[in-house]
Amino acid sequence: MKLLLQLSLIALRSLLQQKVRTALTMLGVIIGVGAVIVMVSIGEGAKRRIEGQIQGLGTNLLIIRPGLHRRGPVRSGNVETLTQADATAIARLDEVAAIAPEAGKTAQVKYLAANTNTTVLGTTEAWLSVNNFTVRAGRFIDRQDDRSSAKVAVLGSTPAAELFEGVDPVGERVKIKGANYEVIGVLESKGQSGYRNPDDQIIVPLNTAMRRLFGLKSVRSINVQVASEEAMDRVQGAVEELLRERHRIAPGADPDFNIRNQKEIMETMGAVSDTFTALLAAVAAVSLLVGGIGIMNIMLVSVTERTREIGIRKAVGARRRDIMFQFLVESMVLSGLGGLVGIAAGVGVARIVAVTGTFQTAVSSDSIALAFGVSAAIGIFFGLYPARKAAQLDPIEALRHE
Amino acid sequence: MIRLNNIRKDYRMGKHVVHALVDLSVEIPSGAYVAIMGPSGSGKSTLMNILGCLDRPTSGEYLLDGRDVSGLEDDELAEVRNRKLGFVFQSFNLLALSTAVENVALPLVYAGATDQKKRALAALERVGLGGRADHRPSELSGGQRQRVAIARALVTEPPVILADEPTGNLDSRTSEEILALFEGLHESGTTVVMVTHEPDVAQHAQRILRVKDGLLAADELVDPHGGEDRGDAARGSEAKDISQGEAREGGPR
Repeated sequence: MKLLLQLSLIALRSLLQQKVRTALTMLGVIIGVGAVIVMVSIGEGAKRRIEGQIQGLGTNLLIIRPGLHRRGPVRSGNVETLTQADATAIARLDEVAAIAPEAGKTAQVKYLAANTNTTVLGTTEAWLSVNNFTVRAGRFIDRQDDRSSAKVAVLGSTPAAELFEGVDPVGERVKIKGANYEVIGVLESKGQSGYRNPDDQIIVPLNTAMRRLFGLKSVRSINVQVASEEAMDRVQGAVEELLRERHRIAPGADPDFNIRNQKEIMETMGAVSDTFTALLAAVAAVSLLVGGIGIMNIMLVSVTERTREIGIRKAVGARRRDIMFQFLVESMVLSGLGGLVGIAAGVGVARIVAVTGTFQTAVSSDSIALAFGVSAAIGIFFGLYPARKAAQLDPIEALRHE
Repeated sequence: MIRLNNIRKDYRMGKHVVHALVDLSVEIPSGAYVAIMGPSGSGKSTLMNILGCLDRPTSGEYLLDGRDVSGLEDDELAEVRNRKLGFVFQSFNLLALSTAVENVALPLVYAGATDQKKRALAALERVGLGGRADHRPSELSGGQRQRVAIARALVTEPPVILADEPTGNLDSRTSEEILALFEGLHESGTTVVMVTHEPDVAQHAQRILRVKDGLLAADELVDPHGGEDRGDAARGSEAKDISQGEAREGGPR
């Protein structure tokens, strides 16, 4: 034990005697480990962001859309198959917590001289909770509004800002397709989500949208909130069965609707971002490998330079394993210390990247543990060959070496 | 005690085999002071390497303190070097970046010994360099470096000290000082084997082995009075005392 301690001290001293070389060799590992940490944190950050966006759609959500089944690259089929009656039937199924059918079109909305083009979406009371929205001011549409096809509207934060600069919209009247609608509430902003902006819409009661505004017979989607996560597959099956029956679709035939499961979307997106993370990590791992080769290179140079030292040590009784241990400690200190500094640098850079807003980053303790483990392993792996070479030197030859 | 029986050493040089030692047998009793001489290429370096357990004979038997070490593994030889042998080289072979006391302590490190620093300082004291413990080799004269090397050789108190041209890089005055140290070691009962090509130096030993063409060509006892003709009275009388001690040869250490 004492011997190992002393050999470690000898190794540390020889690293300190070559400060510049030690620092430069470590730099290879620092950059490698740092790159792995930063890249993985960017990948993780992207994954969390996507997960957040999918979560933001609502929890335990099934989204039913009409007709969009595929034959090869072409989407075909009647897109006007889902009705309010379908929605009502689905709502009666077990383990369905809430449903929110959606029907709507883009329309021009005016307030005084201001006007904007936005989606006018008809839906029901439950839409708010199903889609994880909250009301910032006023109230949301209720059952009574829907029953009476009331001319009321709830503004998303984008049209609210565009139409009412500095004015409280609640209680004001906007014109949709020329008719007056009373603004009863404003939604809290959710922020951009992928390619579509969930804040850029105006909500009206479902019946108002279908009958008064656009004369629609079908809804464009039905969002179903399931009571619990484990019930999702069951409910999906039940909905499918129900709609097949209602739409008179023969067993085995393609349905005229499709059901998207939020859990599946999340899993798919998760797999995509895992691949992305793995790709980034693989690129960074190459630089870690290069850092390891740098260590091996320097250790080989060091063994050659110190041949005589090795000869002297062997002459006075150093065994092969003593020499081997001394050189292995050197390479492990290079890679281990480089790994620690690399982790610190990587975490720092990941912060900076996140703060400057280039990418969202998330440093996981897993990636830190992995990076450190890998760098320590690199020290052993790339140090082994030079250390063996040193240990196997013939003492007579080594003492003769100039 | 050192006993070599029919030692043979061959080297392969491409297609040719060089017979460095042909058939060499010799016995060196404990406490002896022996000089090995011979022209270059005679095989004396090979002999020294084998005696020093740095190399193994192709065939033959090498008994060191009664143990046959001719067939040991590298690591076993390393332990023998560490415990039984001390080396002094012509070119000192000190670690340039370590201090005198660290150099002296080196064999103790590999022995896993206790009190390393204390023992190393005592060894330096013994060679008269107690005040230079923290100097690096570059801050010491040639003679001082060789003293450090001798301190390193004796710090483990080995029964045998091997010196390979220990005065080869030193002026004659410094050489005398170094030889006095070897004589002191010999007096304290250590076996000293020294390779040299200088007859003056060899005269300090009790016995001279002459090697030629891989064979022991001559085995002479040194005339105790012959060593006194060099004008250094003090050294000479010491040498005389030692050579008169030949009677003890072969006795227990």
